[in-house]
Amino acid sequence: MTIKGATAVAGIGQTAFGKGLPGSELSLACQAIAAAIDDAGLQPSDVDGLALYSMEDTREVDVARSVGLGDITFFSQVGFGGGAGCGTVGHAAMAVATGQCNVAVAWRARKRAAKASRPWAQVPTRVTGHWQWSRPFGLLRPVDEIAMLARRHMHEYGTTREHLANVALAFRKHANRNPNATMYEKPMTRDDYMNARWISEPLCLYDNCLETDGALAVVITSAERARDLRRPPAYIHAFGQGLNTQHQTMTNFFRDDPLKGPAWACADVLWRTADVGPSDVKVAQIYDAFSPLIPLSLEGYGFCARGEGGPFTENGNIEWPNGRLPVNTSGGGMSEAYVHGFNLVLEGVRQIRGTSTAQVDGADVSLVTSGEGVPTSALLLTKEQ
Amino acid sequence: MESAFLLPDLDDEEARPFWDGTARGELLVQTCAACGTRRMPPRPMCPACRSLESTWDATSGRGRIWSFIVAHPPLLPAFAELAPYNVVVVELADDPLIRLVGNLLERSDGPINEIDPATIEIGEPVRAVFPTVDDVALPRWVRE
Repeated sequence: MTIKGATAVAGIGQTAFGKGLPGSELSLACQAIAAAIDDAGLQPSDVDGLALYSMEDTREVDVARSVGLGDITFFSQVGFGGGAGCGTVGHAAMAVATGQCNVAVAWRARKRAAKASRPWAQVPTRVTGHWQWSRPFGLLRPVDEIAMLARRHMHEYGTTREHLANVALAFRKHANRNPNATMYEKPMTRDDYMNARWISEPLCLYDNCLETDGALAVVITSAERARDLRRPPAYIHAFGQGLNTQHQTMTNFFRDDPLKGPAWACADVLWRTADVGPSDVKVAQIYDAFSPLIPLSLEGYGFCARGEGGPFTENGNIEWPNGRLPVNTSGGGMSEAYVHGFNLVLEGVRQIRGTSTAQVDGADVSLVTSGEGVPTSALLLTKEQ
Repeated sequence: MESAFLLPDLDDEEARPFWDGTARGELLVQTCAACGTRRMPPRPMCPACRSLESTWDATSGRGRIWSFIVAHPPLLPAFAELAPYNVVVVELADDPLIRLVGNLLERSDGPINEIDPATIEIGEPVRAVFPTVDDVALPRWVRE
């Protein structure tokens, strides 16, 4: 038994993106959820399922009583920060497919742009658990942890800063077409990238995602019901989660093969339960808190051989409209908004609907992935059931 | 006064033998008492044979640089003062699948920003040193 085609994303909603947006995170969450319910053409009282990131600060009870949701019969939280995004949608889809609820909402709200809200800035002076093996040495931030893997990838496979610049420039070009993107009116050149200040060598400023306030939500219901609603359904064809053997979240240097991240385990279940393979995917939204996650994920999800993630970015391969696999067509976390990767889910749905600002012709299979380097998740959305 | 350098909490019983070892100038690795498989970071059960019994065995303290970064601000204040500084991952000569995070120093009691980062190379041989910060001896590395 699989959930193949049993459910669909029927509604999407979001707030503006920005820094210092007015209103609380709860207010932003309610606005995005209400917009998603409206987009689907449903009523708040129809909603009986909720799925969210375990790091989400707006709680099920507060959201439900603010938006006026009905009796909730399924609620679920998915762990590991940015690895959770597709997981929330997948949990909701499984709950709808098995009759535990009929209409589920998944969301993410953040007022991230405030510096004090950044998780890595809130560590106590004594560290416990797995952080004691890295933080005392000054490996403090997620960017440091990914930079360590990136340097090793460069050493083993010949990946270069030019490859990482290809990633940053492609996403910026896509954002320059998207009026909702933080970087809509801010083009970037290769010189801008190469001259940017270091953050954690070999990564520079433009290898990092944005810091964004904003909220986004999606509505998931049965395929049958979605067909009668306001928007074309984005069918949930397959869903996967991945926590690979001997993985340690973020400081993934300790397993036998550190350059094989959780994406590999997630890809196994995704492709095993799908009728399609990597060559059928027309457009991908790949979690991009840091640019090296793109080559690592391209390898993990099987778009290229191991070590070929860097060269895959050459010749405009990941750029709209002519690339072999346009990636992060709304600008992604690096140039649209960083809302823990949840904006990638909405762009994956827009590609199926045909409403992206960098719309891929014939986008009938759309991949969305969540954080690599942490226990992760992914979705395959399709136009046809 | 508490250091601002994010030192390990020595009350963690799973990890305590490691830090007791560094205080004596020894680099110890948790080893399964039943099947001999080494594991780091430490954990209660051997993932190879499920034994709950482990020992902490001395290593030669020698290794090679597996990867490294050079950190620049924004950083926590105590670290920002030292930036840019290096952080290395070292694979142990005794068992290259055991890796530890540390820093490459010019001398055993030197700061973490003394070496020119442009001279650091993956694969170069290093040996452990144990400078003390407050009440903790941190395993760091100097060139062989």
